[in-house]
Amino acid sequence: MHIPDGFLSTTTWVSAWTVSAGGLGCCVKQAGRAMKDRMVPLMGVLSAFIFAAQMINFPVMGGTSGHLLGGVLAAVLLGPWAGAVVIACVLIFQCLVFQDGGLTALGANILNMALVGTLGGYFIYRVMAKLLGGEKGIVTGAVVAAWFSVIAAASLCALELALSGTSPLGLVLPAMAAVHAIVGIGEGMITGLIVGFILKTRPDLIYRGQGSGYRVQGEEQEHRSAEGELDAKA
Amino acid sequence: MRKHELVIGLAAALSIALFLSPFASSWPDGLEKVAKDLGFFEKGEGAEILKAPLPDYKFPGLDSEGVSTALSGAIGTFAMFGIGFGVARLLRRKGQ
Repeated sequence: MHIPDGFLSTTTWVSAWTVSAGGLGCCVKQAGRAMKDRMVPLMGVLSAFIFAAQMINFPVMGGTSGHLLGGVLAAVLLGPWAGAVVIACVLIFQCLVFQDGGLTALGANILNMALVGTLGGYFIYRVMAKLLGGEKGIVTGAVVAAWFSVIAAASLCALELALSGTSPLGLVLPAMAAVHAIVGIGEGMITGLIVGFILKTRPDLIYRGQGSGYRVQGEEQEHRSAEGELDAKA
Repeated sequence: MRKHELVIGLAAALSIALFLSPFASSWPDGLEKVAKDLGFFEKGEGAEILKAPLPDYKFPGLDSEGVSTALSGAIGTFAMFGIGFGVARLLRRKGQ
C-alpha cells in the first residue's frame, strides 16, 4: 500500500512528513539505546530479507495482490524502535531507487507502515504474548499483531486519502480495510512461520527488552536477564 | 547471530529476490485496486516528482522482464543489507 505521488493533498502530505519525521526521530533515539552489538548483523539481514519479501506479491482475491510489510516481524526480532527504523529505511530506499511510493507521500507511507504498523503491531504482540505466555504466546501474538498492523496501516492510509479529498471516508475506509483484512492473513502466516522457526532454532534472537530493560548497563547482565525471562515463561 | 547464520539469512533473501520475484503476482495491490474501483487511480498517473534509477523494479536495457526484475531485486537486497547493517552500527555507536 505504498501511496504514490498525486493521491494526497499538499496539506496532508506535509503534515504526514512532519509527524513521521518527529516520530522517526524518537524511534532513532530509542533504538540507539536498545541496540546491542549482536543485533547489528541481524538488522542487516532482516532489512535485506524484508526488502526482498516485499517484492513478492501474492494473489489474494478478485484480481488483487498483496505482499509482506514486515513491521511486526522486524519488531519481534529487533524491538519496536529498531523495527520501525528498518521499515522506514526500506520505504525510503524503495521510494528513491525503485519509485515504489511517491516522494511527497513518503512521510505518509512511513507514518502508516513504519510507525503505526510497526509500533502499534509490537504493542499488540507484547500484550498477547504476555496474556498467553510461553512460546505459543509469542507466535500467536506475532500472527495476530501482524494481521492488525496491516489493517491499521491500511485504515490510516484511507483516512489520509479522505483528508486529501481524494475519496470519501465512507467509501475508501471500508474498501481498504476489507482488502487488507485478507492481505493481512498472508502477513500473519509469513510472520508466524518465521517467528516460529527462529523460536525453535535461535530463541535468543527474539527481542525481550521491556521499558526499563533498555537502561540496563552491560551486555552480560542484559543477556542473563533475558535468559531469566525466557525460563520464567517456559 | 553467527557468521554462517548471516550467510544463510542473506542467501535466503537473495534467493527470494532472484528466483521468486519474477513470479510475483502482477495484479494491482490493495491500494491500487481500491483506487481503480473508486476512480481515483488516474490521480497518480504521471504525478511522480522524482525519476528513480530502477522504476518498478526493472533494470533498464534488458529484454527479459524476469531477468530485469531479478537483477534489480538482487542489487536492492545487497544494498539493503548494507544500509540495515550500517544504520544499526550508527545506532549502536550513538547509543553507547
